[in-house]
Amino acid sequence: MNDLLHTPLGRLWDKSPFVADFFAETELAAPDKALTFAEYVQRMDQFQFADCGMSAEQLMEYFTAYIQRLEAIGRKENKEIKSLTILGGRGKSGCPELSEFTVRSGEIACVVGPTGSGKSRLLEDIEYLAQGDTPTGRRILLNGSEPEPHMRWAAEDKPVAQLSQNMNFIMDLSVRDFLMQHAESRLLPENTRQSLVQNVIACANTLTGEPFSDGALITTLSGGQSRALMIADTAILSASPIVLIDEIENAGVDRVLALNMLVKKDKLVFAATHDPLIAMAGTKRIVLNNGGIQRVISPEKAERDNISCLSSIDQKLMRLRALVRAGRQIDFNLEEYFSPQKTDIENFSIYFNEKGEEK
Amino acid sequence: MKFITFSGPPSCGKTSVILRLGEVLKESFGVVKFDCFTSFDSRIYDKAGIPNQTGISGTLCPDHFFVSNIDACLKWGERNRLLLLISESAGLCNRCSPHIQNIPAVCVIDVLSGVGAPQKIGPMLKLADIVVITKGDLVSQAEREVFALHTIRANPRAEIYAVNGLTGQGIFALAAALKRRCVPVGAEPLRLRFSMPAAICSYCFGETQVGSRYSTGTIKQMRFTDQDQGERL
Repeated sequence: MNDLLHTPLGRLWDKSPFVADFFAETELAAPDKALTFAEYVQRMDQFQFADCGMSAEQLMEYFTAYIQRLEAIGRKENKEIKSLTILGGRGKSGCPELSEFTVRSGEIACVVGPTGSGKSRLLEDIEYLAQGDTPTGRRILLNGSEPEPHMRWAAEDKPVAQLSQNMNFIMDLSVRDFLMQHAESRLLPENTRQSLVQNVIACANTLTGEPFSDGALITTLSGGQSRALMIADTAILSASPIVLIDEIENAGVDRVLALNMLVKKDKLVFAATHDPLIAMAGTKRIVLNNGGIQRVISPEKAERDNISCLSSIDQKLMRLRALVRAGRQIDFNLEEYFSPQKTDIENFSIYFNEKGEEK
Repeated sequence: MKFITFSGPPSCGKTSVILRLGEVLKESFGVVKFDCFTSFDSRIYDKAGIPNQTGISGTLCPDHFFVSNIDACLKWGERNRLLLLISESAGLCNRCSPHIQNIPAVCVIDVLSGVGAPQKIGPMLKLADIVVITKGDLVSQAEREVFALHTIRANPRAEIYAVNGLTGQGIFALAAALKRRCVPVGAEPLRLRFSMPAAICSYCFGETQVGSRYSTGTIKQMRFTDQDQGERL
């Protein structure tokens, strides 16, 4: 016997917020709370069934599935994913690729290779949690074993989030309302939503040279602001422990800070890139060629030491962008500005304040 | 022969998804496309080498047209020795549903249609076994997640797949799900999952005059907040 169908609605109402949601969303007439759902359905006439587009049996199935699935999402604790292992398959010509390697949470694996080398295919295999059933024959293991089947088809259990250059915001909402919708869709406890949302906005603003307010419409944000908001939102509000990034270079965001933000939230990051800064910031670099994984580089000390130099040049470039945006001229000595000895920007204080923002 | 119904609002990417499916399904299949006015999709299917037929409903309700012709479509498939037949129809009023009992039912929707869209679509989405969400590559992760939850609320029984109709990303998962569900069509008569909207009124028979004097047949009056409730006549 199905308890949800045979418990008086009043009792269910007090226990689960989804019962009220159900009646609000289906436009069904408000019920007498002393009735069970089965009794409620029995009292409906043919016109009411026609209007909601379901038979009595279908409505009862719908009601049960609705409450059960949403309760499960609300209850869901994020299963920790500590490692992702790729068991190699084959490249485009059919020859086997590198056989096996593992990326752990908190690591950034950069995916590099010329256009057409199979970077996107690799990201797709990870997104799909391929089990030898894609053209590459790769298998993806989570925490060392085959993922449970529902992770592949239940939208709410998908462990993979994606970010790419082509993504845009389309909702007609302010930053705050948008993030609240996202927090609501995660069915997070109401008292935690507000602070999470504020946290996302604050973090996003550290990534971009042009801060935005929580009242700004998301569709009016600049490319850099959008990217910063998407990254901060994915780091903080998205449940997915694995993040795939497809070429988010040149977006006007501090990429190293952005990657660190994801890593600090224990995300397991895969980033397809041509950007030397992102590639060097990675803890592993997967080199693709002709559809197959050719080798995996673990950056050594010499390369890691170069990050700070490149990162300082990148930040200096970001500041120049800020000047251009502010309508200023770049008429000072750029050679001196970019000189590696000049790690600070004190000589340019007429243009920038101590935080590096334009005056 | 196996049979799958594909439905979804116009221009949501049904044809693209079916074409991508064709690239990964190993068995030979054909498509019957239902449309209202014109359809150029037959050229696309021809080019891909997929046997296809087009049904134009014209002045008739497209989904009623669908039901009254689907039997003949199955016969066409059998005559042509297809192993799988896919029907493709647009749920134009968001209300109809071509889904048939025991036949895998797919509803395609695209994220660009707005987060409220899943709840606005009736039985076509609510009674589908599989919901395919397209165009997800164009919006943010957050919007995809919000849209997915609205889809779950509209159809909590469904398996939900994100498919990119252009690159085919996600198509393997959909193909596998369809393979799991597909069984050959039996000899017993097919039954719709839910009755189609009633539409026998004076306007069905060509009435053009507007006004309550001229509206007869199955009529439902609208409810206004400053008046008593509407009425069914």
